[in-house]
Order: sequence, then structure tokens, then C-alpha cells
Amino acid sequence: MSGEHHKELGFFRKYVFSVDHKVIGIQYGITALCFLFFGFCLIMMIRWQLAYPGEPMPLIGGLLERLMGAKWAEEFMPGGRMTPDFYNALGAMHGTIMIFLGVVPLLVGAFGNYVMPLQIGAPDMAFPKINMASYWCFAAGGVIMLSSFLVPGGAANSGWTSYPPLSAIAQPPAAGWPILFSGQTLWLVGMVALITSSLLGSVNFIVTIIQLRVKGLTMFRLPFFVWAQFVTSFLLLLAFPPLEAAGVLQLMDRVAGTSFFLPEGLVVSGQVAMVQGREIAGGGNPLLWQHLFWFLAHPEVYVLILPAMGIVAEIIANNTRKPLWGYRALVYSTVFLGFMSFIVWAHHMFMTGMGTSISAFFATTTMIISIPSVIILTALIISLYNGAIRFTTPMLFALAFLPMFAIGGLTGLPLGLPVSDIPLHDTYYVIGHFHYVVAPGTILAIFGGIYYWFPKITGRKMNDTLGRLHFVFTFICMNVVFMPMFFQGLAGVSRRLFDQTQYSWGAAVQGWTITSSWGAWMLGVAQIFFFINFFWSIWGGKKVSNNPWEATTIEWSAPSPPPHGNFATEPVVYRGPYEYSVPGMSKDFFPQTAVTEA
Amino acid sequence: MYRNLLRMLILVIGGCALMAIVSPAMAQDATAPSFDVEITGTYGPFLPPDVSTTGHQSDLLINTLHWFMGVLFVGWGIFFVYCLVKFRQRPGHKADPKPVKAKVSKYAEIVVAVFEAALLVGLSIPVWAEVKEGFPTEEENPQHVRVVAEQFAWNFHYPGPDGVFGRAGPQFIDMASNILGIDPDDEHGADDIVSGELHVVAGRPVIADVTSKDVIHSFSIPVLRLKQDVIPGMRIPVWFNTKDDSAGNYEVACAQLCGNNHYSMRALMVIHATQSDVDAWLESAKPEEFDEDEFD
Amino acid sequence: MSSELLPYTVKPHPVTGVYSGKLGVWLFLASEVMLFGAFFSAYILLKVGAPLEGPAHWPLHSERHMSWMIGGFNTLVLIISSVTMVMAWVSLKSGNFGKARMLLGATVALAVLFLVIKITMEYIPHWRDGLTTNTSNFWGIYYTMTGLHGVHILGGIVVISYFIGPGSKLWHENPEYYTNRIECTGLYWHFVDLVWIFLFPTLYLMS
Ligand code: HEM
Ligand SMILES: [Cu+2]
Ligand SMILES: [Cu+2]
Repeated sequence: MSGEHHKELGFFRKYVFSVDHKVIGIQYGITALCFLFFGFCLIMMIRWQLAYPGEPMPLIGGLLERLMGAKWAEEFMPGGRMTPDFYNALGAMHGTIMIFLGVVPLLVGAFGNYVMPLQIGAPDMAFPKINMASYWCFAAGGVIMLSSFLVPGGAANSGWTSYPPLSAIAQPPAAGWPILFSGQTLWLVGMVALITSSLLGSVNFIVTIIQLRVKGLTMFRLPFFVWAQFVTSFLLLLAFPPLEAAGVLQLMDRVAGTSFFLPEGLVVSGQVAMVQGREIAGGGNPLLWQHLFWFLAHPEVYVLILPAMGIVAEIIANNTRKPLWGYRALVYSTVFLGFMSFIVWAHHMFMTGMGTSISAFFATTTMIISIPSVIILTALIISLYNGAIRFTTPMLFALAFLPMFAIGGLTGLPLGLPVSDIPLHDTYYVIGHFHYVVAPGTILAIFGGIYYWFPKITGRKMNDTLGRLHFVFTFICMNVVFMPMFFQGLAGVSRRLFDQTQYSWGAAVQGWTITSSWGAWMLGVAQIFFFINFFWSIWGGKKVSNNPWEATTIEWSAPSPPPHGNFATEPVVYRGPYEYSVPGMSKDFFPQTAVTEA
Repeated sequence: MYRNLLRMLILVIGGCALMAIVSPAMAQDATAPSFDVEITGTYGPFLPPDVSTTGHQSDLLINTLHWFMGVLFVGWGIFFVYCLVKFRQRPGHKADPKPVKAKVSKYAEIVVAVFEAALLVGLSIPVWAEVKEGFPTEEENPQHVRVVAEQFAWNFHYPGPDGVFGRAGPQFIDMASNILGIDPDDEHGADDIVSGELHVVAGRPVIADVTSKDVIHSFSIPVLRLKQDVIPGMRIPVWFNTKDDSAGNYEVACAQLCGNNHYSMRALMVIHATQSDVDAWLESAKPEEFDEDEFD
Repeated sequence: MSSELLPYTVKPHPVTGVYSGKLGVWLFLASEVMLFGAFFSAYILLKVGAPLEGPAHWPLHSERHMSWMIGGFNTLVLIISSVTMVMAWVSLKSGNFGKARMLLGATVALAVLFLVIKITMEYIPHWRDGLTTNTSNFWGIYYTMTGLHGVHILGGIVVISYFIGPGSKLWHENPEYYTNRIECTGLYWHFVDLVWIFLFPTLYLMS
């Protein structure tokens, strides 16, 4: 190791522009948790409008007016009542923020960055500076996204899917404002920054996993979490560029007067459509955007779930005190999922006028991709069998993940078969389906991961009583929020509706909407347990040893918190990742790096 | 440990049940703002009424799937809870690291695969071919209508007595007098009727060409299990047929975000019992001054 | 320079046979293939779906006023620049830094020449003739794709100039590391050329 390694770094180099994967991981984690909370606040506001359409928002309405000024309030929340445009902006930004600024940065940027190099025994990521660049691109993208709330016309309001022509003609920049300063344009620019960040990150992850595994750590001795990160990185690497291309094309439509997504003869409010004050030429194709978008966005849902499965697998192996069942099946299924996820995208487009053969193709690939998901879930459940299950706080979250993901996955089937998708497409059934995957699913896994690796990061454990309270209330509220959505969806209620009581079927299930809203607000309240626990434990939590969970994977053989460079001596690996309860041993775990039972 | 687990389970289940009981009580009476007419049918937390001749097939698929999902979920759930209780850590109990030979799981996976394949090939593909591409022939005397979506309204264009649609183009559009841009020089257009309401006859098939003037909308009629994205620049034909006894008033919805008033982009569909009722309505819908001033 | 910090930064990994940077560049290029692949797919879709007549139609080859001579000359410029890039790397391998530096300079000069020709002899005259992004989707995608390619060229110019200038310090500290970096830059540069070799016939020759 070079001399530089030990040189004391200044505050900025150490904590702000750090190249240490652990500091970057924490930066990602904190930033993304803030965004997650922000995205959640947006949806709590939406839930008010949905539950009590047209009623002024208590407290928050006045607070926002104070905070943002009377002019802002006049435009977006006159008299504390949100406008339909603002509602749409909140929905679109909720989706965008949750996915691109919350969950993915948490799973990949935070957990991946912090844990993965430790789990392969590496001193750092392969390209530390690129790692830092990746974080700062992400932060820039986030700031751009947030700033879009402040421009006239507000943030992007064409849904997180930004379908043109709506997104292309929406929100022309206000008079006197530079061309880039409109919500939808900033959304596109922000996306390009976020995509760049993901690309840099994914190259780094793949190279690190391939090149920097310590001696003895073969691919099939990798913890499942690392495999999940590996496949995820390939998805990010290969699926994001088409969205970048699409983003550039839409940016051109919005600022340079092209018509890539605009057909001929568009007439908006009786006027021939104009973009930037110029008549458009037309001749483009709105569906082109959808193809490019969903080519990214289906793999993206596996980006949202695979690392979560990785976290859950780690926690389950550790807390059942036995090896994961079907480790190889898990790995093969994950790789297969990765491949297949590139050829299912058009199941999001069944209603665009698809013929029988193309829809049959995408329905078939969709049914095929459901099989490895079933295998993964089954393997994780069977892993419980013959275990000695410890109900630690992280384990509670990991266990809850399983039935929640099952609901999310199963409800994907009616959406994957084109005929049953007809009544369900673009209804709350879809919202329920993917939220069961990403909210009670992934978010629970994220919480589990935080409780699990907190001792490694801080050297202290989080409080168990608060953790359990947090778990119980979060679990209940999640279900109260999302279960009603299936019934709303079956009833026929469209998603993205400012006021569903406009329709008979919407009015008929308004009670369920109100239930769901109360669930969301209670869910917010339940997070108080987490906030208190989190901040209190950083300074006041119980000090624990380097391996408090008696785990086998390599990260637990490093000091807590690991120093710069991670390991005092380079570890060597002798065995697979989950050697628990090995017969004839006095302890019930056999770390990967232990030479003999010491 | 065991007691803790039990307490936790009671809390979770009890909590969910409590919320479920309390919540409908929090519901207020919400009624849909009506058109001038009463909407037919009762609506609730499951699929809405079905007045189409084909909708029972997608309902069958949805119901079968949900039973299947229920069985799978309960199966998993029983095994899951059994494991949690039986294999909880307690004094004297040790984990057994030998992998179990789980034949059951392999069979379960095969059953899932076969079941999915059967539904796909047996139901989904043929029904899709029927509802999306099995257009009624002219012998079946379908009613033709054009549907033109715009922010935030549905326009229904009927060909009038001559049965031929007038030519239309964006250059003729005038929001006051000619919202669809029907060419004033085309004689076929003279008797055309444009309305915000869709009027059809029970039992007579309908072929509707859907298109949009501005952005993407989605032509959705839940009671017909019909949904078709409406894409500007494309004219997409859809068809449906109504049950003989389905006369009544129903709602047409837009199911794709299309701008700020997307939520109110709703139209009335009237299913008449007889053709003469439709003809009478078409006659009454004819705009007189349009008829006299511009043409003739 | 924290050159010795991580294993396989300079020396190839015994199993994979490459040093990390090279693997990283190959992966980056894979994502670039997806990026340009998406643009080419968009090109094809737009062309197939374009209206047959009217102002927005896809211009025939004869209507494009694009000189295959200029495009062809530029292709030649880029190919030569690829050759100088390879030669620079070969010189470094044999320890001749001075020559390598000259060849890198030549590469930058050729890249600048490419951009100058593109802008002064094509973009500006076309735009003056009223062939803008707004004219039809052919022109829209023409400007978008060649513009994006131009940005890649610009990126290459910046990186290579860095290695001629401040980055060349590394040669004196760790020649092998420096040589590796030039190899990686070269891979990128060949890719950028390759994209042009697809763009040229697509935009200039096919009708
Ligand atoms: C945990 C609490 C959450 C609640 C209560 C919640 C609630 C909702 C609701 C009610 C909608 C529909 C809004 C509408 O109809 O316009 C929605 C949309 C959406 N949510 Fe969430 N959500 C949560 C978490 C998440 C997470 C974690 C993600 C992603 C990882 C996510 C991604 C999305 C997306 C992509 C949409 C669609 C936005 C659009 O229509 O453009 N949500 N959410
Ligand atoms: Cu998908
Ligand atoms: Cu609409």
C-alpha cells in the first residue's frame, strides 16, 4: 500500500469529496433517505386530495403558503386546495423521486457501495474517483429535480412515464424564463444526470466484483447479495442508455423543435400544436417513446427488487442459522431474470393497439419470467425449514418481505396476460401490484438491511424495542394503504385521477380510498419510531462486537466501523458464504475467512 | 421468544382487522356527480357489471387467476407460518444444515408453469384475438362510429342517414362550429352528427374508430371490459357488442393521463333497447343551425 | 496519484487477464452500444413511419443536399486519427514518449479538423439553407445523432489533450499505468470512429 493511504485527509476530502466507498455509501444512504421521505410527503399530500377531494388541506395548506409564499400558493394550492396540475406534478414527482432518487440509490448506491466491497474482501471499489463522481452526478440530478418545483408551472406533471405528446407540449417555459427552466425540461435534464450516475456506478460495481475478490472467493462462494448487485449492475448498464437516448430525443422535441414523438396534424385546444412558439413539422411516433422508455423501465423494476432479495437472503441465512436452501438455483434464477427482463417490456403496452401475435409473444415471455421469481421466493421460504429462527429486528423485516413480495408478484399475473389486463390496465390494481413489490417489499427489505448492517457502520446496535414497534406498525399500515387499491382497481378506478368520485365506480369505493389514505398517514407516524431509533443509536446505541449477529460473510471480520482500506490484513476465503451449524463444531457459524474453528 | 412471536402475530392480525372494520365507517357518502340521468347498475369493490357479450371471458380469466393466486398464497402462507413456529430458536433446538429434498417445491413450480401456460394458450390468446381482431362482418350489420378524443372530452362522430363519414382534416377545425374539422365541401359530411354522447343499440355490434386530436388518451368502458389507448396520428378500430337486456346509461372514461382535467374526461354511453330509439336520438341531436346555415 | 492503491489497476488480473481500467472501458462501451443502438433503432422507426408526402416527409437522397465528399473526407480523417492513436500506444509500449506525444497531438489535430469541417461546411450552410431541426425528422435526427457523436469527439479531444498536457506526469511516475490509460482512451476513440462509420452510410449514402 502506498504512503498516501495513511495520510490524514482534510475534512472535505474525508467526508464531502471522499473517494472511500464507505463514506460514499453513507452519503448515498443519507441523501436517498431524505429523498425517500420527501417522496413520501408528496404522496401524503396526494392522499388528502384523494380521500377528501376539493377540501382545503388542514395545517399543511397554510404551512406551505407561509413557506413558499402567497404567489406560489395562488398558483398551486389556492385556499389550501390543490389544483389538478399540482396533483399531477405531485404524482409524477413521487414516482420519479421514489424510484430514481430513493430506492435505487439506497439499494445500489448505499447498500451496494458500503457492503459489497466488504463482502468480497476488497479494500475499496475498483475506481474510487468514479465512485465519487457517480455520487455527485446523483446529487446534481436530485437538485435539478427538486428545483423544478420552483419554476413557473411547477414540476413535471406528465407522470413518471412522461408519455409524449403530452410531455412534449406540456409546460412551455414561462415568458422571460430561459428555455430549460420548465418542469418537464428540468425533469429530462435531471434524468440525464441520474442516468450518468447509474452508468458510472454500474461499471464500477461490475469491475469490482470481477477483479477485486480476495483469494479463495470464487463466484459460487459469493454471498447472494453480491450476485444480486452483479446482475443489477448489468441491468443498469444496458437498460439505461435507451432511456438516455429517449430523454435526449424528447429534449430535442421540447427545445429544438423536432417532432420525434409528435405526429402530423396535432391540434391542441383548437390550435395547431406549437412547441417553443414554432409550428411543429410532425411525422413522428408517440409509441417510439414508450418502447424506449419501457425497455429501460421493465429491467428497472428488477433493479428495485433484486438487491432487496439479496438483503433478505443475507438476513434469513444469518437468522435461521443454516445455509440458504438452493443457493445455486437462486443464482441461476437471478441471472435468468436479468436476461429475460430485456424482452418483456411491451407488456406495459398491450393497450396501444397490439395485434395477437405480438401480444402473445410478450405475454409468453412475461409468464416465463414469473417462474424464476417463484423459484427465488420458494427457495427463500424453504430456507426457513429446519432452521433455528431468531426473531431479531432485521429478521422480522426480512420475513415480512416474503408474503408481501408474494402478493406483489402474484398480482402481476393478471396484468401479464393481455386479456385480464384489459380491465385492469392503468387502474389502481396496477398501483397496488407494484407497490406491494416496492413498498411493503423493497422498503421493508431496506429497513431490514439498515437494522442488520447498522452495527457494522457505527459499531452500535439499534434498539430492539423501538425496532419491533417500528416493524409492527409499518407492516400493518403498509397493508392498510395498499390492500384497498386492489379493490379500487377491480372496481375500475383509473390511476392518476385527481378526483375519482367523478365516476360511479369511484364513488362506490371512496370508503376504501379514505382507508388507504389514513393508512398512509399512520405509516408516516409509525416512522417516528425509526427516526428516534436511528439518530439515538448513532450516539447512544449499545456498543457491540465486530460480529454481533455471529455471521459468516467477510464484512463481519472487519472492524466496526471498518477503517480506510477496510481490512488490517488481506483476508483469505476458505469456504462458501453460509456455513452455519456445521456438524461437530462448537459454534454454530464458521466464517468464510476462518482457517480453522478458532 | 415464542410468546413474543405470538404477541406479535396477534398485534399484526388484530391491527389489520381493526383498521378494516373501522375504515368503512370513516367513509362519507360519496356520490358521483351525475349527468342528467341515472347511471345503471351497482358498483362496488369488485368488478363492475358486465353488459358486453365478450366480457365474461376476461372476467373468467381474472377470477380463475385470483383463485389460483389465493391457493398458492395460502399454501405458501401455511408452510411459512408452520416454519416460523416449528423452527423458532429455543433451548434444545438446533438448526439442521442439510438441505431438505423438497420435491414439493419442484412440483409446485411445474404446476404453476403448466397452469400459466394453459391460461395463456387456452384463454388469453384466443380471447385477445376475438376481442381485438375478430371484427363483426358487414352481414352482422354493425353500427359505425368514430371516436375523437381531445383534452378533455370525447367526441362521437356518427355518419348520419347516408352511412358515410364526411372527410375530416385538422385545417377545418373550428372549436365553435366544427370541432372535428369535417370538410364543409364533402357532401357526405352534411348529414353527419357529432355529439359528446355515445348511443348504441342493445345487441347490435359496434365498430368504433378511435383517434385523438392532441395527446394520448385511453378509451375505457369498464362495463364493456373495453380499453384502447387513443394515439394521435393513428386511427385504431375497436369493436364491442352489448347484451340484449343491457339498455341503460353507462360511463365512458379516459384511462390515460392526458393533462390537468384528465379526471373529468368522462362521457355518457346510452344503450338503447331498440334501433328506433337510437334513430330518434340521432334526429334530435342534429344541430339545426349547422344544418341550415352552412349547407344546403 | 494513488497509483498503487488497488490491485490490478496496472497489472492484469491473473484470471481475467485484463487490468481493471480496460474491463471498465469495455463495459462502458457496451453501454454506449446500447445508447447508439437506441438512436439507430429510433432512426429506422422514424424513417419507416414518416409520412410519404407533405412538409414532414422523409427527404429523398437527392433532396438532402449532403455531399458524400465532405462526409467521406471526414471519415478518412477519423480513420487516420485512429491509426495515429494506435501508433501512439505502440510508441509508448516501446518506451518512446516523445513520439507518442506527437502522435497524440496529431490525433487531437485530426479530431479538431473533423469538427471544424462538420460545423463550417455542413451545419452552418445547412442551417442557412433552412434545413433545421424543425424541417423534418430526418434533419432532426441528423442533427441529434451527429451532434451526439460530435460531443463524443469533443470528449475525446479533452481526454487526449489532458494526457498530452498535465496527465503526462504519470508517464514519469509509472509508465505502464500511463500506457494503460492511453490504451483505454484508444479503445474509446476507436469506438467513436466506429459510430461514425455507421453514421456515414446511414445519413449520407442510403436513400
Ligand atoms: C410507502 C409509501 C408509498 C405510498 C403511500 C405510495 C402511494 C402511491 C399512490 C397513492 C400512487 C398513485 C398516485 C396517483 O394516482 O396519481 C403512487 C404512485 C406511484 N408510486 Fe408510490 N407510494 C409509496 C411508495 C412508493 C415507492 C417506494 C415507490 C418506488 C420505488 C413508488 C413508486 C410509485 C410510482 C412509480 C407511481 C406512479 C406515478 C405515476 O403515476 O406517474 N411509490 N404511489
Ligand atoms: Cu414490466
Ligand atoms: Cu384523456
